[in-house]
Amino acid sequence: MRLPDGEDAPSDGTLPSAVVQGAAERAFGVYLHVPFCAVRCGYCDFNTYTALELARPGEQLVGASQDTYAQAACAEIAFADAALRASGVPRRTVETVFVGGGTPTLLPAADLAAMLQAVRDTWGLTPDAEVTTEANPDSVTPDALRALARAGFTRISFGMQSAVPHVLATLDRTHDPERVPDAVRWAREAGLGVSVDLIYGTPGESLADWATSLAAAVALEPDHVSAYALTVEEGTALHRRVARGELPAPTDDDEAAKYELADAVLAGAGYDWYEISNWARTPADRCRHNVAYWRNQDWWGIGPGAHSHVGGTRWWNIKHPRAYAARIAAGVSPAAAREVLDGEARLLEDVLLGTRLVEGYPVSALSRQAVEGLVADGLAVRTDADRLVLTLRGRLLADTVVHRLT
Amino acid sequence: MPIPSPALAAGIQPAATAPHLLRNFCIIAHIDHGKSTLADRMLQLTGVVDSRAMRAQYLDRMDIERERGITIKSQAVRMPWGVTGDDGVESAYALNMIDTPGHVDFTYEVSRSLAACEGAVLLVDAAQGIEAQTLANLYLALENDLTIIPVLNKIDLPAAQPEKYAEELANLIGGDPEDCLRVSGKTGAGVVELLDRIVADIPAPTGDPTAPARAMIFDSVYDTYRGVVTYVRVVDGQLSPRERILMMSTRATHELLEIGVSAPEPTPTRGLGVGEVGYLITGVKDVRQSRVGDTVTNAHKPASDELGGYRDPKPMVFSGLYPIDGSDYPVLRDALDRLKLNDAALVYEPETSAALGFGFRCGFLGLLHLEIVRERLEREFTLDLISTAPNVVYDVTMEDGTEHVVTNPSEYPAGKIREVREPVVRATILTPNEFVGGIMELCQSRRGALQGMDYLSEDRVEMRYTLPLAEIVFDFFDQLKSKTRGYASLDYETTGDAPADLVKVDILLQGETVDAFSAIVHKDKAYSYGVMMAGKLKDLIPRQQFEVPIQAAVGSRIIARETVRAMRKDVLAKCYGGDISRKRKLLEKQKEGKKRMKTIGRVDVPQEAFIAALSSDAPTGKDAKDAKR
Repeated sequence: MRLPDGEDAPSDGTLPSAVVQGAAERAFGVYLHVPFCAVRCGYCDFNTYTALELARPGEQLVGASQDTYAQAACAEIAFADAALRASGVPRRTVETVFVGGGTPTLLPAADLAAMLQAVRDTWGLTPDAEVTTEANPDSVTPDALRALARAGFTRISFGMQSAVPHVLATLDRTHDPERVPDAVRWAREAGLGVSVDLIYGTPGESLADWATSLAAAVALEPDHVSAYALTVEEGTALHRRVARGELPAPTDDDEAAKYELADAVLAGAGYDWYEISNWARTPADRCRHNVAYWRNQDWWGIGPGAHSHVGGTRWWNIKHPRAYAARIAAGVSPAAAREVLDGEARLLEDVLLGTRLVEGYPVSALSRQAVEGLVADGLAVRTDADRLVLTLRGRLLADTVVHRLT
Repeated sequence: MPIPSPALAAGIQPAATAPHLLRNFCIIAHIDHGKSTLADRMLQLTGVVDSRAMRAQYLDRMDIERERGITIKSQAVRMPWGVTGDDGVESAYALNMIDTPGHVDFTYEVSRSLAACEGAVLLVDAAQGIEAQTLANLYLALENDLTIIPVLNKIDLPAAQPEKYAEELANLIGGDPEDCLRVSGKTGAGVVELLDRIVADIPAPTGDPTAPARAMIFDSVYDTYRGVVTYVRVVDGQLSPRERILMMSTRATHELLEIGVSAPEPTPTRGLGVGEVGYLITGVKDVRQSRVGDTVTNAHKPASDELGGYRDPKPMVFSGLYPIDGSDYPVLRDALDRLKLNDAALVYEPETSAALGFGFRCGFLGLLHLEIVRERLEREFTLDLISTAPNVVYDVTMEDGTEHVVTNPSEYPAGKIREVREPVVRATILTPNEFVGGIMELCQSRRGALQGMDYLSEDRVEMRYTLPLAEIVFDFFDQLKSKTRGYASLDYETTGDAPADLVKVDILLQGETVDAFSAIVHKDKAYSYGVMMAGKLKDLIPRQQFEVPIQAAVGSRIIARETVRAMRKDVLAKCYGGDISRKRKLLEKQKEGKKRMKTIGRVDVPQEAFIAALSSDAPTGKDAKDAKR
């Protein structure tokens, strides 16, 4: 994924003084990025690298490869703590941790455990902390899952994507759909909460294919389901194939129909939407780490290309693991650039994030005329608690909604 | 000795040259047939411009002219030339070369330039043969009794066929193909012979030196530093510095601040005598006060009769010009005010469009004139403009006898109409004979009537048609070009008007008329216009959160319909920590884009849609230029 443009970030990682304001009231989370995959999928534009892409004979730089990556990540955790302290941000116990990738489960469970331990040692974890890792269904074993649970992980999110072989093939996903139920069962047996990710709108996927995938996901009885419309990102192999005309481009109409089907099937199976692309069996099953993003809370993102947000300042790390490792080794901030948001930008973000959630956005903070227009057009409803909540149609047209509100 | 010695040159000083030592001529040529290059060689050979100061196409002043290879404004250059007579005595002559504009839109200016001359060099590319505009201007020259010197240019080209085209020219003007001179403006071959021939063949001017002064204005140019520079040909009497002059059509008087000749830089003189060509500066700031075709005389001792042929410039093609950024409206107004100083034919008045905002309805001599004005506005004043599809002027008579002059389709009157009249042109098309069938088909589909057809040579045909002007302003050039692989050339002149069965087609978005898309078309074309425009808009208007019907209507009758289906999804599915900045920036960009949209009813229409819908039928700069080839 291309990084946004921004201003230079200070090399010592210090933050503008304004971030301190209200910090004590904001939740603090940690995102840990693992930038490695066994193979790169054709649709993926995340910051991830295969062993082959990173291979360098005589590699000495700690953190530039899979074997030593956890060490570098732990070093950034220490750096983060120092920077926050130097900026005057009060120390907060971590409420949520999310390990994403890449494929975090390519690392030994011990490495993931070590990174989590560093978070715990540095800031502490609340007793009910939510600790999630993403996983590929074919990169987990019962032993590894038990080890993660022992280390403090509470939740696992499987990249299932589809249950239909030709769809998985188009996405370059290598896992065998038959293995997913096993992986889910092992996770449960280890005491982990389970989420599955699905992708709809893959070229060549019929509505029936999508129904098959939804049914398969529901049959796994996960606690949580995420479903994403496929976005063809520039710079990916999929984009090139679509541009060359080898594959048809996904259409909004097809994706809208599939979203509506997903919402109906999931609701029918007892999963309620709580964010545009997320459904959970009970409110307790919602991903608290992600909800914190949409509520504009604070988090520090560890690892190459990881994004962070503290009190209206956003920054993002340099992308390549080698460059990242070199900065960490030198004790210099790995931030590539940052954005100190002005009031207007903060408001826009607040609305675009907040309206994605089922709890909605406080009407009192919005233009009355715009609210009435959205309600009249069937894009939103006004709740008894005087919050504006998107309807099914409004969720699909959320950009229009944001434009009309801001 | 072609360049006269100082002693001889003394006899051809401005204001002191006997008429029998003057030769006034112009060059009639098609664009790209090498007129400017030939003129450059003449300037060098006569010594008025030395090689170091020479820049290519010296006489084409404006950048646009130079780039597009078009001479928009004519000028006159005085060149000395020595000729040794049969008796061995050398005489010096003053040659005035009057440059002529080369395009169909400027026929009247061409006619005035021709009227200032006694002879014309008919310059034809030896690889291409004569083209339609050249033919039209040749006929104009013949009507003015000019002596024609036929010249084939570019004889250095491998593809040159001088025998073939000499034959063609001989057929056109009479005479022997052997009389046709062969030159190369590029190498200079034959140019000395041409200058000698000008002296030998073209008659000297005649006039009455004792009569009250009469001079014809054949060009008028606004200069930022000097004000209006007026180019004249003196017919009778004498004009001198500091005298008061009278413009006979406007009755305005001015003091002659400066009088001179172009050699080729402006050079003040003691005056201009019978038959001489030069410039006047009076300090006026607007070319409308010094009109092409008008007669200049002495205010204290005025002539009794004007020289004939004066005509007010009459706009034939109209288009609305709107700034894309509405806040540029004052800039556009000032820019038009500036251009008007140098363009007597440009007319405009403020106009408001519900779809496009504030702008001006502008009248032009023709399509090229429109293109040139638009390009100058965009280039010299850095304006981004939308121009509405060009239309002609209609005279509408209602049943109750009231009359309307309609220059904008949205002003077309409602109610019972007795008659609509539209301008008609006489068009001349020159083409290789293989394309005759295709051209007949095209002209017929454009309501043309064939008036005659002649073979200029074995394989080249001149076709004459009458056509409604409205049909020519509507992509006729493009069609002609594509049907003849670019080989046909076109010229036309307006000949009056004729009644026609016309209707106004409106385009409605969600039931609201979009004034910018209304068009007056022939009844038989209404349906195809409606279908075309509705179809085009369907592809150009982005999907909205509701369905948008696009309709074409004649009065209250719907003749075509398309629908932009409602947008069902615009949300980005994933919005996690790393997506937020990007997502916000995307929304901010969209918000900026929305500011550039016009809202018709509840429908957001991007400016680009207006531009695309309107511009494909209007000529682009490229097309207008190509069309003349």
